Amino acid sequence: MYLQLAWRNIWRNPRRTIVIMTAVVIGVWAMIFLGALMRGVSAQMVKNGIATLTGHIQIHQRGFRNDPVIENSMHEPEMVEALLAEYLPSDARWSPRVRVDAIANNARHSGGLTLVGIDPEREAGVSFIGQAVVKGEYLDAGDEYGIIVGQALVDKFETKLGRKLVFMSQDTERDIASRAFRIRGVFRAEMEATEKQYAFITKGAAQKMLKLGAGISEISILLADYEDAESVADNLKEVIPPDSYEVETWRELLPLVTAVLKMYDWFIYIWYLVIFIAMGFGIVNTILMAVFERIREFGLFRALGMKPLWIVKEVLTESFFLLTLGMIIGSGLGLLSIHALADTGIDLSALSEGLEFVGMSRVIYPVIIIRDIVVANLVVLVLGIAVSAYPAIKAARFTPVEAMART
Amino acid sequence: MNIVECRDVRKIYRQGKVEVYALRGVDLSIEEGGFLALAGPSGSGKTTLLNIIGGLDYADAGSISVNGNQIDRMNQTELANLRLHNIGFVFQAYNLIPVLSALENVEFVMLLQGVSPTERRSRATAILDDVGLDGLYHRRPAELSGGQQQRVAVARAIVSNPSIVLADEPTANLDSKSGEGLLEMMREMNEKKGVTFIFSTHDKMVMDFARRLVQIRDGLVAEDQVKE
Repeated sequence: MYLQLAWRNIWRNPRRTIVIMTAVVIGVWAMIFLGALMRGVSAQMVKNGIATLTGHIQIHQRGFRNDPVIENSMHEPEMVEALLAEYLPSDARWSPRVRVDAIANNARHSGGLTLVGIDPEREAGVSFIGQAVVKGEYLDAGDEYGIIVGQALVDKFETKLGRKLVFMSQDTERDIASRAFRIRGVFRAEMEATEKQYAFITKGAAQKMLKLGAGISEISILLADYEDAESVADNLKEVIPPDSYEVETWRELLPLVTAVLKMYDWFIYIWYLVIFIAMGFGIVNTILMAVFERIREFGLFRALGMKPLWIVKEVLTESFFLLTLGMIIGSGLGLLSIHALADTGIDLSALSEGLEFVGMSRVIYPVIIIRDIVVANLVVLVLGIAVSAYPAIKAARFTPVEAMART
Repeated sequence: MNIVECRDVRKIYRQGKVEVYALRGVDLSIEEGGFLALAGPSGSGKTTLLNIIGGLDYADAGSISVNGNQIDRMNQTELANLRLHNIGFVFQAYNLIPVLSALENVEFVMLLQGVSPTERRSRATAILDDVGLDGLYHRRPAELSGGQQQRVAVARAIVSNPSIVLADEPTANLDSKSGEGLLEMMREMNEKKGVTFIFSTHDKMVMDFARRLVQIRDGLVAEDQVKE
């Protein structure tokens, strides 16, 4: 009967109950839905960062990361490759690369970019480039003069498929290395900056152009689950000589993304708090109104022998019902909204140039994390009950005579 | 044996700098099983005395003993316990819980006492039958007449077998026929169950029904009349 009393009391003034419940529903919906969008942004940033060329783990010659010149390349990668074959999980994929800053020229334009020499077959399983060619064709392993460039670079250089681009860089002997490549394919990437930044040739062509022999700049590793990156990297660090090589995870390779992710974690919880504060005033106000409307009744409860603590419990139970109903509906709507956008996402193309600065995609897909839903609901429930304590205590403090004298 | 003993009970209400003397030293003993009316004009102090006897309010001075408990020394929780187990209340405005049915209103006090649901139900239905409300168990207060609501209030007051029932102007909102029926019912409860009834009233009919009539004037017992 105790619960029945609380349940019936919240429906004594249905309009007021619906108004406050709507506030809770909107609050919970906003927490879950906008939280999922933020998670989507951060997940996309990680995905973009990893898929672009980072991978989950990279191995470099010690010193390359501080000074990424061609002299700091891995000169004997075979030993590392043999260790990878032995110690990496069977579902992991890896790809060796040559990577060098270069200047691209054609008759009309010139500009700086990163020239990447790849093993086409291995690279297709590691980075985005295997699936990104939209015009022309992907590279063959033996292609000495073929190059794949981004659509944005093609536009910038006013060139097209089949035309030549000349690349200049510095070789291992510190001489200017120069070579012309023909555009075999054009790729599209999630971010326009990627299309302008990278041009892909075969590893053999890069080694020849830069007089690198069998040397490479890095090995990029892709695991089945990015959460395993730390443990796999730790295992590799035990077998790969640390004085010659550096093994780093995506968190170390993408410090900006890592920092943004950390910031998002906190931002989501601050967001929850901000929403709750707005909602909290509504809750306190409504419960307070309900309490003052029923002061005579609380006086009666006291007169009949109900202890003050029971009155607090009674008011808090009413809040609990209100909050729980709002939470159930709000969470349901939040999940429905997320489901509705799961395939299409939200297109932010109009803002894409600004967003790309921090590695965000043009389209944001919401990502559900159970922990966020639980935390959002807990914030509403725990803080909602906490703010309801004020009117509840107020209701319990009236003496029976004082309360029953109220009209 | 006296169930209520009031000695030199005083109560002052303060409204800003103005002091209103509601009780100026009341001495009153009420015997167990009594059927007593406190009568007097408005502002005479009868409701204040009833509230103090019922532990709803504190006296400023004097001693009050109810059922052997010195209530002027009790804190709020102890008073709540005393009210819960020893005192039943009937109010002028019925004061039923609007969201509960007649049956649930009667059960409510037993819920606070921790009586099991089955026992609660059987005792509540029995008492509602006794007060003539069989068949109206599941009606909410708004669906009952004033007389029926006051009968529910009486049923609620006596269902847990209190020693005393305090009734503040119980017939004030009732027509004379309903009022008489209610008083007859309470007198029957008093005679059958031995429950002490104390009324505060202006109503001549209540005064006529009472076996003892105590007139309160200006915060003092002016007249104490035991009827034959």
